[in-house]
Formats: sequence, C-alpha cells, structure tokens
Amino acid sequence: MMNFLFGRKKSANSAKERLQLVLIHDRTDLTPVELESLKDDLIETISRHIDIDPTAVKINVAQDGRSQRLVADIPLRRVGRRRGREAGRAPG
Amino acid sequence: MTTKVVTIASGKGGVGKTTSVANIAVALASRGQKVTCIDGDIGLRNLDVVLGLENRIVYDLVDVIEGRCRLRQAMIRDKRLPELYLIPAAQTRDKTAISPSDMVRLCDELRPEVDWIIIDSPAGIERGFKNAIAAADRVLVMTNPEVSAVRDADRVIGLLEAEEKGPAALVINRLDPAMVKRGDMLSVADVLDLLAVELIGVIPEDENVIVATNKGQPLALDGKSKAGQAFQNIARRLMGEQVPFMDLGSQNLFQRLLGRK
Repeated sequence: MMNFLFGRKKSANSAKERLQLVLIHDRTDLTPVELESLKDDLIETISRHIDIDPTAVKINVAQDGRSQRLVADIPLRRVGRRRGREAGRAPG
Repeated sequence: MTTKVVTIASGKGGVGKTTSVANIAVALASRGQKVTCIDGDIGLRNLDVVLGLENRIVYDLVDVIEGRCRLRQAMIRDKRLPELYLIPAAQTRDKTAISPSDMVRLCDELRPEVDWIIIDSPAGIERGFKNAIAAADRVLVMTNPEVSAVRDADRVIGLLEAEEKGPAALVINRLDPAMVKRGDMLSVADVLDLLAVELIGVIPEDENVIVATNKGQPLALDGKSKAGQAFQNIARRLMGEQVPFMDLGSQNLFQRLLGRK
C-alpha cells in the first residue's frame, strides 16, 4: 500500500525491515541456513510420532522486547489418513 | 551523593562517543557536579582535543596504572569549569596496557573525589571495550539512525546483558528530522522498536558540533544550539530529573494522523 501511495518504498522502511531480520540472526546466532536445517530435523523427528504435512511447516523466530522465541507451526494431517497409514503397515 | 561511573559505548566507530562524553561531562559540571572523564581509547587519544585540553597533558591513564605518577597528577583541570577533570589516554601504547581490574581499582580510588566518572569507550567489542565497562554503574549505548550503527548497538546491548552491565540506556545521535520526515531515515520510534531498550537522549544533527570541536569548546556550554540542549537534557536525566524529549518535528503527517508517538 505504501508503494501504491508514494510511488516508491521509503528507504527508512527498507532499513527497518532489513534490520529486523539481521538482528534476529545476530541475537540467536542462527543463520537462515541453520534454521532450515533445524526445520528439517524437526519434521523428521515429529514425523516418527505423528503424521504431519512437511510442506506446510513454518518455523520462525519471534521477538518479544529483547527476548526471542522459536515459533513452529506444524499442521497435522487428518486422523483418517494417519490411521490408514498405520493400518497398512505390518505389525512389528 | 554516591559517585556514579557512566561509560559510553557504541560498537561502531564514528557515531559520536567522544563528542558525547565531552558534552555530557561539561553539562554535568556546568550544573555544579564534580566530574572526571576518562579517555579509554588507548592509542587513539581524542577526548583531550574535543575538550580543548591537549596542551596540558603531562601524564596519562597508563602512567597512573603503571605507577609512574599519582592519580591527581594525571587529572587535567578544565579551563572553564573548575570541577571538571580529564584523565587522558596514552597515545603510544595499546589497549592491552591495562586490564578491566586496573580500571575498577582506578575508579574506586577516584570515587571519593568526584560525583561522576564518565568513561569514553573505544569502538569495538574487545579489550578496550571490556576495560571501559568494567567499573561502570551504568552504560549508555550510542547509535546513529543508520543500519550498521543500529546493528552494532544491538550487539553491544546484548554483550552488556551477558556481562550483567545492563540494562543499557540508548542515545540516538545525529538524527536529521527532515530526513525522518520524508521517510529516508529511521525514526526514534523505529530504533526503539528494533533495540527495545530505554531511551536517554536524542541529539539532532547540528553543524555546531563540528564548529565547537574545531575550537575545542564543547557546545553543551552554548545554550542556543539544539545539540547542546540535548546534551544538557541527558545530564539532567542522569541526575534523576524527568525531562521531556525535545520536539524535533520528527513525526510526519501520516504518523500524526495515526496518532503514533
């Protein structure tokens, strides 16, 4: 909307958005690549216990003042399909 | 009154630490406080020239710490304010010449003599910074409304928390209200959103800072300049007064309409 109203994005807004991302990584010592790998490990571990949709998993670092919080949003697959998967597996 | 040791740090160089130390010290001294400022930037001495005291140096910080002179002998009395002293940095040594515990000992010896000890930290986050914050009761972190300075300030604030020297108080220097207004400079609110610390001062961009430094006469003595007033306000806040922040006209029409502070 800002772009539409003013014709160009204000440079102060770019500065703030870029800093928000940079500071999260500086404070947590977690690079975007490491965060991706953390996400893959989470998906693998959780999938062993419950059926999830790996493509819909979102993981982010949220800020609350100067403290950081790792927030994961992991949608579960419908129970019916999970039962189906388990039923299809031979009992160990 | 119990003596307060205040260190000014920034991480990034060139944001205005030395100018601020000089002006905050002058502002406190002009309010009848006994003040000693210490140049912690060993090897890159500068607080002496900003205060206009460069011709009076005989002994320096390292001389005191290594026992070549008494503390009193290294304290240079200001020309204008009889209650203001400077302990200059050594110019021909480096930061490893002193340790954090040396600084604590020096400040403890100084405490009975003065109301305020203001320490100018060197840029960076290594030894010189650690020396400068070792004795601090309070640390002011200085930044400019600009990406690299804000990023480095955040790093310093984090380190201060880790060293249990927090919470830091923020000074935003060189704010240009016209640039903020047209959306080309981070506003005070933006910087506070990003860094999430207490604000203790906002100093507007002011040509008089360079003029004052040229002459070696800190502008906190000049009642007319905006930057000088901003430094006086920081001194008053340090002394515990509630001083409203100057109106620098930094809100644009949009922010006013939205009622944002």
